[in-house]
Amino acid sequence: MSLAVLLAVILGLGAIGYFAARARAAAFSRGPGPRPHSLPGHHGWYVALWAAVPALLFVAVWSQVAPGLATDAMLASPAAQALPPAGMERDAILNEVAGLASGTLDAAFNPVSNTLLPAYQAAHTRYGVIGLVLAAILALAGGLFAWTRLRPDFRARTRVERVVMAFLLVASLIAILTTAGIVASLLFESMRFFSSVSPIEFLFGTVWSPQTAIRADQVGSSGAFGAVPLFWGTIFIGAIIAMAVAIPLGLMTAIYLTQYARPAVRRWLKPILEMLAGVPTVVYGYFAALTLAPLIREFGQAIGIASASSESALAAGLVMGVMIIPFVSSMADDSITAVPQAMRDGSLAMGATTSETIKKVLVPAALPGVVGGVLLAVSRAIGETMIVVMAAGLAANLTANPFASVTTVTTQIVQLLTGDQEFDSPKTLAAFALGLVLFVVTLLLNIVALRVVKKYREAYE
Amino acid sequence: MNSTAAVAGSPARKPTDWKADVMQKRIRRRYAAERRFKALGLGAVLLSVAFLAFLLVTMVGNGARGFTQTELKLPIDFPHSTLMIDPAQLASDPDQALASADIEGAVAAAADAAFGEGGARMLSDGAWLTVQDAIRKDPNLINGKTEFWVPASTAIDLAAKGQPAPEPKAAYEKLKATNAVKTGFNPGFLTKADSTDPTVVGIWGAFKGSLLTMLVTIGLAFPIGVLSALYLEEYAPRNRWTDLIEVSINNLAAVPSIIFGLLGLAVFLNTMGMPRSAPIVGGLTLALMTMPVIVIAGRNAIKSVPPSIRDAALGIGASPVQVVFHHVLPLALPGILTGTIIGMARALGETAPLLMIGMRAFISAPPSGLTDPATVLPVQIFLWSDEVSRGFVEKTSAAIIVLLAFLLAMNGVAIYLRNKFERRW
Repeated sequence: MSLAVLLAVILGLGAIGYFAARARAAAFSRGPGPRPHSLPGHHGWYVALWAAVPALLFVAVWSQVAPGLATDAMLASPAAQALPPAGMERDAILNEVAGLASGTLDAAFNPVSNTLLPAYQAAHTRYGVIGLVLAAILALAGGLFAWTRLRPDFRARTRVERVVMAFLLVASLIAILTTAGIVASLLFESMRFFSSVSPIEFLFGTVWSPQTAIRADQVGSSGAFGAVPLFWGTIFIGAIIAMAVAIPLGLMTAIYLTQYARPAVRRWLKPILEMLAGVPTVVYGYFAALTLAPLIREFGQAIGIASASSESALAAGLVMGVMIIPFVSSMADDSITAVPQAMRDGSLAMGATTSETIKKVLVPAALPGVVGGVLLAVSRAIGETMIVVMAAGLAANLTANPFASVTTVTTQIVQLLTGDQEFDSPKTLAAFALGLVLFVVTLLLNIVALRVVKKYREAYE
Repeated sequence: MNSTAAVAGSPARKPTDWKADVMQKRIRRRYAAERRFKALGLGAVLLSVAFLAFLLVTMVGNGARGFTQTELKLPIDFPHSTLMIDPAQLASDPDQALASADIEGAVAAAADAAFGEGGARMLSDGAWLTVQDAIRKDPNLINGKTEFWVPASTAIDLAAKGQPAPEPKAAYEKLKATNAVKTGFNPGFLTKADSTDPTVVGIWGAFKGSLLTMLVTIGLAFPIGVLSALYLEEYAPRNRWTDLIEVSINNLAAVPSIIFGLLGLAVFLNTMGMPRSAPIVGGLTLALMTMPVIVIAGRNAIKSVPPSIRDAALGIGASPVQVVFHHVLPLALPGILTGTIIGMARALGETAPLLMIGMRAFISAPPSGLTDPATVLPVQIFLWSDEVSRGFVEKTSAAIIVLLAFLLAMNGVAIYLRNKFERRW
């Protein structure tokens, strides 16, 4: 509440500064003397920034400091004698008082909290007022300082634009921050995981059963964290079954659309195919689990595989492959169109048919681009989550039978992190280790793929 | 093939006799291969399109029924029922009065009386809520006998929609004979929130959660994305730092979405202590995921603005910032918006990162703010798909139809923008 008032006051002062300075600067250009360097708006922004930015920075700091000061003031009050000495109970009471004061709690659990509340609220209000006054003074001082510098020859535009450039730079640094955040959080939690489970066991072990028991003497109390079955399942579904669907269909689609289809047909078919990539993965997952999986199990039983599971790798892989088709197709499309027309014309002039030209000239020439596209598609497929969560199983089997149930890295991440358990168990931390592996593998695939594609583009430019 | 060897010195080579049987056969074979290859290509396209059509037809076929609900006509004679309600208290404190009155029991008894033994099981578990709402609206109802249309149980509902199961089918036929049943459009599906009972669920709660989440996402990802794109494309000096930013953005665009969920869990929830399941955390996570898409689309749009525009503006005295904000940005905006809409559509359909930050909780009331527990449409679909009750199948498909309709509309707007404002310089 008081934060909203503070922000309103500061922004209000900034707005006043803007309009006042703009009016004053407008008077410069009407008056005698040289033409002013900057537009009135720039002068206005200059004053507004001086008024608002230091005050906002102060508020950011103050909102972190003030609750601590209020707590200290409350502890100094006589009512604080009733507090128990340092410990969990004391912290609980202090939290409760803060909750009561901010209105997130309706009633106190501990009666001591109620006796402390008036002291805390008084201190809270006092520091709120102090913060408000200090912020207002800072805003006024900043604004006045800037105001005194306004002159016709003052280069307000240069100053304001320097701030704008700083904003732009900060905005683009957020990408680096995000990357750093991902790497740091994955590494940090993985380190904690590897302090209890050895990396060798994790990367090369073949038994995955992450259940850790509540009691130490329970059966299977020590979970096994050998992730090889997960890696195999991920490769089996994402890189083998899905690609067996996506590569032929995607490549043939691209060839047909670029070489055979009339422009009108192409204009219609391309967006329709791209719709396949726009369907949310949860819809694919639902479709795979509800419609395709029973069909595949019946088919498996019909051809004599009694163990055909209703959570087969085949169902998840097929649907994932269909999802990837537009991706492979558009990468192949790009690399086929990038092959110089002269090569195609040369082949046709020698009397080759269109299909001979495609098979013997275009596809070999476009192959590096296609391979790069396939690598990118694989990296997308192994990171895909919802289809495998919904359609693939949870059993960590090391099998090459497409009708059996396998599990993947992403499925296990979801499984490990969506229960109600404490955050420090190896079970939850294992999810971050799996995430780290996934991150590194997709990153490597992308780097290799982009390098392949780039080299190939250079060859024809 | 051997003709090439015979060019120099040797007597003129015999021209190929294209009319000869061998050559004709060969040409026919080659043309047949050509036709086969073309058919293969067409087959691949048609197969992909057929799969899309199959997917959509299945969803619409299942989901259309999800928008309807079977209702039963239930007469309740309040003065003669087991309902214990004090009219005075009902006027002064309706919540308390309704809570203490055993409406559920009274409705069950009335159902047994109306439809015979086991009648209560023909009603939805949430049927009494309809009666409660009606009494709240019009307290005078409790003084007389009234007929209510209440939702039927899943079994009756499915029987009404043609599912073959003998027992409910017979019960349904009996009800139909007495004209005590109707199946119609169910407005509650669009206005209610999640429930454990498929006959009274709605998607408004999840939809509102999606709206709030998207609001946070676009509020962060759009300005940050556009400003980064402007900086990288217009001002950034070529040095190691700029390269680092570019590499980061390109990599972020390719990172699996679930990794962003892990980031959100580790940073926003565990380190910063933000509330679980809240739209603001979901929005932040999705904003980090969407931002690279907007940056890449924005850079392409900015790149396509011809340099002559910049030169002209600089020539008449504009500063670099004025050049960009007065001229380049407005010209690049349609392209940036197209990219933004496509990125938002992807964020709207995203499920996995939101599961990581706890948005899979059962939420039975629409969120009223950015920090309230909420769920979003795709997660709601995922949760319903896990339900055992058969009534949820059609509800899941119906929710999918709503989601797909929104995504289709967003992509349609993006294509329209691209066609309308795309400029060839």
